[in-house]
Amino acid sequence: MAYFKFITLGLALLGTGGLALADDGGSQITLHPKMEQECSACHIAYRPNFLPTSSWKQVMGSLDKHYGADASLAPADQKEISDWIIANSKEQGEAPPENRITKSFWFTRKHGTNHVKADVWQRASVKSKSNCQACHADAAKGDFNEHKIRIPR
Amino acid sequence: MNIQFRAPHLLACLAIALPLAASANAILDGYQAETKGTFSAAAGEKLYNTVGPKQLSCSSCHTSSPKNVGKHAKTNKAIDPMAPSVNPKRFSDSAQVEKWFKRNCNDALGRVCTTQEKGDFVSYMLSVK
Repeated sequence: MAYFKFITLGLALLGTGGLALADDGGSQITLHPKMEQECSACHIAYRPNFLPTSSWKQVMGSLDKHYGADASLAPADQKEISDWIIANSKEQGEAPPENRITKSFWFTRKHGTNHVKADVWQRASVKSKSNCQACHADAAKGDFNEHKIRIPR
Repeated sequence: MNIQFRAPHLLACLAIALPLAASANAILDGYQAETKGTFSAAAGEKLYNTVGPKQLSCSSCHTSSPKNVGKHAKTNKAIDPMAPSVNPKRFSDSAQVEKWFKRNCNDALGRVCTTQEKGDFVSYMLSVK
Protein backbone atom coordinates (compact mmCIF):
# COMPACT_ATOMS: atom_id res chain seq x y z
CA MET A 1 0.00 0.00 0.00
CA ALA A 2 2.78 2.39 0.91
CA TYR A 3 4.48 1.51 -2.36
CA PHE A 4 1.29 2.25 -4.28
CA LYS A 5 0.94 5.61 -2.55
CA PHE A 6 4.50 6.46 -3.45
CA ILE A 7 3.84 5.78 -7.13
CA THR A 8 0.64 7.83 -7.05
CA LEU A 9 2.48 10.73 -5.47
CA GLY A 10 5.21 10.43 -8.09
CA LEU A 11 2.68 10.50 -10.93
CA ALA A 12 0.94 13.48 -9.38
CA LEU A 13 4.21 15.37 -9.19
CA LEU A 14 5.00 14.53 -12.82
CA GLY A 15 1.62 15.78 -13.91
CA THR A 16 1.95 19.14 -12.21
CA GLY A 17 5.59 19.78 -13.08
CA GLY A 18 4.71 21.63 -16.27
CA LEU A 19 5.00 25.16 -15.01
CA ALA A 20 8.12 24.87 -12.87
CA LEU A 21 8.54 28.22 -11.12
CA ALA A 22 5.07 29.34 -12.02
CA ASP A 23 3.64 26.12 -10.63
CA ASP A 24 1.85 26.45 -7.34
CA GLY A 25 -1.55 25.18 -8.42
CA GLY A 26 -2.43 28.73 -9.48
CA SER A 27 -3.29 27.58 -12.98
CA GLN A 28 -6.45 26.01 -11.68
CA ILE A 29 -8.00 29.02 -9.97
CA THR A 30 -11.27 30.40 -11.31
CA LEU A 31 -10.61 33.65 -13.09
CA HIS A 32 -12.32 36.87 -12.15
CA PRO A 33 -15.19 37.09 -14.72
CA LYS A 34 -14.42 40.66 -15.80
CA MET A 35 -10.71 39.91 -16.06
CA GLU A 36 -11.41 36.85 -18.20
CA GLN A 37 -13.85 38.74 -20.39
CA GLU A 38 -11.59 41.75 -21.01
CA CYS A 39 -8.33 39.86 -21.57
CA SER A 40 -9.92 37.29 -23.82
CA ALA A 41 -11.28 39.94 -26.15
CA CYS A 42 -7.86 39.72 -27.83
CA HIS A 43 -6.04 36.67 -26.40
CA ILE A 44 -6.65 33.99 -23.79
CA ALA A 45 -6.69 35.35 -20.25
CA TYR A 46 -3.24 34.40 -19.00
CA ARG A 47 -3.11 33.00 -15.49
CA PRO A 48 -2.03 35.30 -12.64
CA ASN A 49 0.77 32.87 -11.71
CA PHE A 50 2.42 33.33 -15.12
CA LEU A 51 4.09 36.57 -14.03
CA PRO A 52 5.38 37.86 -10.71
CA THR A 53 3.23 40.55 -9.09
CA SER A 54 5.72 43.31 -9.91
CA SER A 55 5.45 42.49 -13.64
CA TRP A 56 1.65 42.44 -13.48
CA LYS A 57 1.65 45.86 -11.86
CA GLN A 58 3.65 47.21 -14.81
CA VAL A 59 1.44 45.45 -17.37
CA MET A 60 -1.77 46.69 -15.79
CA GLY A 61 -0.35 50.18 -15.33
CA SER A 62 0.47 50.61 -19.02
CA LEU A 63 -2.52 49.11 -20.85
CA ASP A 64 -2.48 51.95 -23.38
CA LYS A 65 0.88 50.58 -24.54
CA HIS A 66 0.22 46.87 -24.34
CA TYR A 67 2.84 44.99 -26.39
CA GLY A 68 2.28 47.29 -29.36
CA ALA A 69 -1.48 47.79 -28.99
CA ASP A 70 -3.76 50.09 -27.04
CA ALA A 71 -5.67 47.89 -24.57
CA SER A 72 -6.82 50.65 -22.25
CA LEU A 73 -9.81 50.08 -20.00
CA ALA A 74 -12.22 52.38 -18.21
CA PRO A 75 -10.48 53.39 -14.93
CA ALA A 76 -12.91 51.47 -12.69
CA ASP A 77 -12.47 48.26 -14.71
CA GLN A 78 -8.71 48.70 -14.82
CA LYS A 79 -8.58 48.99 -11.03
CA GLU A 80 -10.94 46.08 -10.38
CA ILE A 81 -8.98 43.74 -12.66
CA SER A 82 -5.56 44.94 -11.42
CA ASP A 83 -6.57 44.48 -7.79
CA TRP A 84 -7.69 40.93 -8.48
CA ILE A 85 -4.54 39.97 -10.39
CA ILE A 86 -2.30 41.50 -7.71
CA ALA A 87 -4.19 39.64 -4.98
CA ASN A 88 -3.91 36.37 -6.91
CA SER A 89 -0.29 36.51 -8.04
CA LYS A 90 2.94 36.24 -6.08
CA GLU A 91 6.31 37.90 -6.16
CA GLN A 92 8.08 34.72 -7.18
CA GLY A 93 10.79 33.99 -9.70
CA GLU A 94 12.75 36.56 -11.65
CA ALA A 95 10.72 39.24 -13.45
CA PRO A 96 11.06 38.44 -17.18
CA PRO A 97 12.35 40.96 -19.75
CA GLU A 98 9.61 43.32 -21.03
CA ASN A 99 7.18 41.61 -18.64
CA ARG A 100 6.79 38.89 -21.24
CA ILE A 101 5.52 35.51 -20.05
CA THR A 102 7.28 33.94 -23.05
CA LYS A 103 10.64 35.27 -21.85
CA SER A 104 10.27 33.85 -18.36
CA PHE A 105 12.92 31.35 -17.33
CA TRP A 106 10.37 28.59 -16.79
CA PHE A 107 8.77 29.24 -20.18
CA THR A 108 12.02 29.17 -22.17
CA ARG A 109 13.11 26.04 -20.32
CA LYS A 110 9.89 24.21 -21.21
CA HIS A 111 9.76 25.48 -24.81
CA GLY A 112 13.41 25.11 -25.88
CA THR A 113 14.41 23.41 -29.13
CA ASN A 114 14.71 20.08 -27.32
CA HIS A 115 10.92 20.25 -26.81
CA VAL A 116 9.65 22.42 -29.67
CA LYS A 117 11.36 22.64 -33.05
CA ALA A 118 12.18 26.20 -34.08
CA ASP A 119 9.98 26.12 -37.20
CA VAL A 120 6.85 25.37 -35.15
CA TRP A 121 6.66 29.01 -34.06
CA GLN A 122 6.62 30.16 -37.70
CA ARG A 123 3.57 28.11 -38.62
CA ALA A 124 0.40 30.05 -39.44
CA SER A 125 -1.46 27.78 -37.05
CA VAL A 126 0.78 28.90 -34.18
CA LYS A 127 1.95 32.34 -35.28
CA SER A 128 3.05 33.56 -31.84
CA LYS A 129 4.43 32.14 -28.61
CA SER A 130 1.55 33.93 -26.93
CA ASN A 131 -0.94 31.56 -28.61
CA CYS A 132 -0.85 28.94 -25.83
CA GLN A 133 -4.05 27.35 -27.10
CA ALA A 134 -2.48 26.47 -30.46
CA CYS A 135 -0.84 23.47 -28.73
CA HIS A 136 -2.43 23.47 -25.26
CA ALA A 137 -6.06 23.09 -26.37
CA ASP A 138 -7.55 23.87 -22.97
CA ALA A 139 -5.11 26.64 -22.08
CA ALA A 140 -7.93 29.12 -21.55
CA LYS A 141 -9.18 26.84 -18.75
CA GLY A 142 -5.75 26.71 -17.16
CA ASP A 143 -5.05 23.18 -18.39
CA PHE A 144 -1.43 22.90 -19.56
CA ASN A 145 -1.09 19.18 -18.94
CA GLU A 146 1.94 17.97 -20.87
CA HIS A 147 0.17 14.80 -21.99
CA LYS A 148 -2.47 16.79 -23.85
CA ILE A 149 -0.08 18.83 -25.99
CA ARG A 150 -0.88 18.62 -29.72
CA ILE A 151 1.44 20.62 -31.94
CA PRO A 152 -0.50 21.66 -35.09
CA ARG A 153 0.87 21.48 -38.62
CA MET B 1 -66.71 67.99 -41.10
CA ASN B 2 -65.58 68.46 -37.61
CA ILE B 3 -62.27 66.85 -36.67
CA GLN B 4 -61.51 66.58 -33.03
CA PHE B 5 -57.95 66.06 -31.82
CA ARG B 6 -57.89 63.87 -28.80
CA ALA B 7 -54.82 63.71 -26.60
CA PRO B 8 -54.51 59.89 -26.64
CA HIS B 9 -54.58 59.83 -30.41
CA LEU B 10 -51.91 62.52 -30.67
CA LEU B 11 -49.70 60.65 -28.22
CA ALA B 12 -50.11 57.49 -30.21
CA CYS B 13 -49.07 59.29 -33.38
CA LEU B 14 -46.02 60.74 -31.65
CA ALA B 15 -45.02 57.35 -30.30
CA ILE B 16 -44.93 56.04 -33.86
CA ALA B 17 -43.33 59.08 -35.47
CA LEU B 18 -40.54 59.87 -32.96
CA PRO B 19 -38.49 56.69 -33.38
CA LEU B 20 -38.67 57.19 -37.16
CA ALA B 21 -37.28 60.70 -36.83
CA ALA B 22 -34.39 59.41 -34.73
CA SER B 23 -31.73 57.15 -36.23
CA ALA B 24 -32.84 53.91 -34.56
CA ASN B 25 -29.47 53.78 -32.81
CA ALA B 26 -29.09 55.45 -29.42
CA ILE B 27 -25.29 55.68 -29.68
CA LEU B 28 -25.47 57.50 -33.01
CA ASP B 29 -28.09 59.83 -31.51
CA GLY B 30 -25.66 60.56 -28.69
CA TYR B 31 -22.95 61.61 -31.14
CA GLN B 32 -25.46 63.73 -33.06
CA ALA B 33 -26.35 65.52 -29.84
CA GLU B 34 -22.66 66.41 -29.41
CA THR B 35 -22.03 67.86 -32.85
CA LYS B 36 -23.91 69.91 -35.44
CA GLY B 37 -22.34 68.18 -38.43
CA THR B 38 -24.25 65.78 -40.64
CA PHE B 39 -22.99 62.21 -40.52
CA SER B 40 -22.01 60.45 -43.72
CA ALA B 41 -21.84 56.70 -44.25
CA ALA B 42 -19.49 57.31 -47.21
CA ALA B 43 -17.07 59.21 -44.97
CA GLY B 44 -17.31 56.37 -42.44
CA GLU B 45 -16.43 53.83 -45.12
CA LYS B 46 -13.42 55.92 -46.12
CA LEU B 47 -12.29 56.04 -42.50
CA TYR B 48 -12.70 52.25 -42.24
CA ASN B 49 -10.18 51.80 -45.04
CA THR B 50 -7.74 54.54 -44.01
CA VAL B 51 -4.24 53.16 -43.38
CA GLY B 52 -2.47 54.83 -40.46
CA PRO B 53 1.17 55.29 -39.42
CA LYS B 54 1.50 51.67 -38.23
CA GLN B 55 0.30 50.42 -41.63
CA LEU B 56 -2.94 49.31 -40.00
CA SER B 57 -6.53 50.11 -40.90
CA CYS B 58 -9.82 48.89 -39.49
CA SER B 59 -9.90 46.42 -42.37
CA SER B 60 -6.56 44.90 -41.29
CA CYS B 61 -8.41 42.97 -38.59
CA HIS B 62 -12.08 43.39 -39.52
CA THR B 63 -11.50 42.44 -43.22
CA SER B 64 -12.73 44.33 -46.27
CA SER B 65 -16.34 43.92 -45.17
CA PRO B 66 -17.61 44.55 -41.62
CA LYS B 67 -20.03 41.69 -42.23
CA ASN B 68 -17.17 39.17 -42.13
CA VAL B 69 -15.62 37.44 -39.13
CA GLY B 70 -12.32 39.22 -38.57
CA LYS B 71 -8.97 38.09 -37.26
CA HIS B 72 -6.73 39.92 -34.79
CA ALA B 73 -3.63 41.01 -36.71
CA LYS B 74 -1.29 39.91 -33.93
CA THR B 75 -2.97 37.15 -31.98
CA ASN B 76 -5.11 35.54 -34.72
CA LYS B 77 -8.12 35.61 -32.42
CA ALA B 78 -11.43 35.52 -34.33
CA ILE B 79 -13.37 38.78 -34.16
CA ASP B 80 -17.16 38.72 -34.45
CA PRO B 81 -18.56 40.72 -37.38
CA MET B 82 -18.97 44.43 -36.72
CA ALA B 83 -22.01 45.19 -38.88
CA PRO B 84 -25.19 45.17 -36.74
CA SER B 85 -27.08 43.65 -39.69
CA VAL B 86 -25.27 40.37 -39.03
CA ASN B 87 -24.30 40.90 -35.37
CA PRO B 88 -27.06 42.78 -33.50
CA LYS B 89 -24.93 43.06 -30.34
CA ARG B 90 -22.73 45.63 -32.06
CA PHE B 91 -23.23 49.33 -31.31
CA SER B 92 -25.71 48.60 -28.53
CA ASP B 93 -23.49 49.32 -25.49
CA SER B 94 -21.95 52.78 -25.43
CA ALA B 95 -19.21 51.85 -22.92
CA GLN B 96 -18.04 49.06 -25.25
CA VAL B 97 -18.18 51.34 -28.29
CA GLU B 98 -16.19 54.09 -26.57
CA LYS B 99 -13.63 51.58 -25.27
CA TRP B 100 -12.96 50.24 -28.75
CA PHE B 101 -12.96 53.63 -30.49
CA LYS B 102 -10.33 54.78 -27.98
CA ARG B 103 -8.14 51.72 -28.53
CA ASN B 104 -8.55 51.21 -32.24
CA CYS B 105 -8.40 54.84 -33.41
CA ASN B 106 -5.12 54.98 -31.52
CA ASP B 107 -3.81 51.73 -33.03
CA ALA B 108 -5.04 52.26 -36.59
CA LEU B 109 -4.78 56.04 -36.94
CA GLY B 110 -2.34 56.96 -34.19
CA ARG B 111 -4.78 59.45 -32.65
CA VAL B 112 -8.23 59.80 -31.09
CA CYS B 113 -11.28 59.97 -33.35
CA THR B 114 -13.53 63.01 -33.37
CA THR B 115 -17.25 62.84 -32.63
CA GLN B 116 -17.83 63.59 -36.32
CA GLU B 117 -15.70 60.57 -37.31
CA LYS B 118 -17.43 58.31 -34.81
CA GLY B 119 -20.82 59.41 -36.16
CA ASP B 120 -19.69 58.81 -39.75
CA PHE B 121 -18.30 55.39 -38.77
CA VAL B 122 -21.46 54.24 -36.96
CA SER B 123 -23.57 55.53 -39.88
CA TYR B 124 -21.49 53.38 -42.22
CA MET B 125 -21.85 50.33 -39.97
CA LEU B 126 -25.62 50.77 -39.80
CA SER B 127 -25.78 51.15 -43.60
CA VAL B 128 -24.04 47.83 -44.30
CA LYS B 129 -26.82 45.35 -45.05
